[in-house]
Amino acid sequence: MWLWIHKFGSPPHAYRLLGKLAPWFGWSSVVLIAVAAYWGLVLAPRDYQQGDAFRILYVHAPTAWMSMFIYVAMAVAAGIGMIWRIKLAHAAAAACAPIGASFTFLALATGSIWGKPMWGTWWVWDARLTSELILLFLYLGYMALRSSFDDPQRADRASAVLALVGVINVPIIHYSVEWWTTLHQPASVTKFDKPSIALEMLYPLFLMIIGLQLYFGWAISRRLRGEILRRERNAKWLQEAA
Amino acid sequence: MDLQEFLRMGGYGGYVWSAYGLTLLVLLLNWRAALRHEAQEQLNARRRSSTD
Repeated sequence: MWLWIHKFGSPPHAYRLLGKLAPWFGWSSVVLIAVAAYWGLVLAPRDYQQGDAFRILYVHAPTAWMSMFIYVAMAVAAGIGMIWRIKLAHAAAAACAPIGASFTFLALATGSIWGKPMWGTWWVWDARLTSELILLFLYLGYMALRSSFDDPQRADRASAVLALVGVINVPIIHYSVEWWTTLHQPASVTKFDKPSIALEMLYPLFLMIIGLQLYFGWAISRRLRGEILRRERNAKWLQEAA
Repeated sequence: MDLQEFLRMGGYGGYVWSAYGLTLLVLLLNWRAALRHEAQEQLNARRRSSTD
């Protein structure tokens, strides 16, 4: 077991493994996202209150969910890097940030597009929307902080602190619809009770989430390979790898 | 179901299609950015190892 962790944690091994995994993640994500989009746009029944506008759900909810999932993944990786001083974990955290930022942007933008016909406004300064906007600023701040250091090790340590402090925002986003009055509807899937959404509307949602998870798997593999190369200076295996 | 009606999305066509279109665009841009990032670092690594 320890041998396995040591082996996986070694940059050359991780570099090669990620290179092998990436195409599998990539192609399966393309297939799943395409099927989920077709299902959500064509096969899923029209909502009796929102009409066809509810179909925005299939891009809005999964991207919002991914924006929080990736942030937690980034904070966990940064924490592991801090505690056990594993360079690879810091590299993984750094690779998460741009992907997470783009999902956060998508959640905000698709939510805004959905809000206009349903609420009559593109934006309100309520708890859910504001805390999601803060998430975007946390990602951008994390990336700006990293790029302000020339020394990768100092960048790792400083940005890890920001990532860990910022993780408090994730439960705030999730519970914001219960703690404060807001235009945003409460959770209809991620609760302990039965989901309050018809199953035939739910399948494409799950499919889209799995598809985006695989997409994230692809993107993190590619970016992490780049991060590994950047950090491994003058290592012998680099000459073979690159 | 005819195509015209499908594109209209019960009057919400502009909203639905712009949300899906924007999502696709950002996913594709991210796809390209990740590939470029990896290629750039490979190039940098190659330069470094050839100058050492």
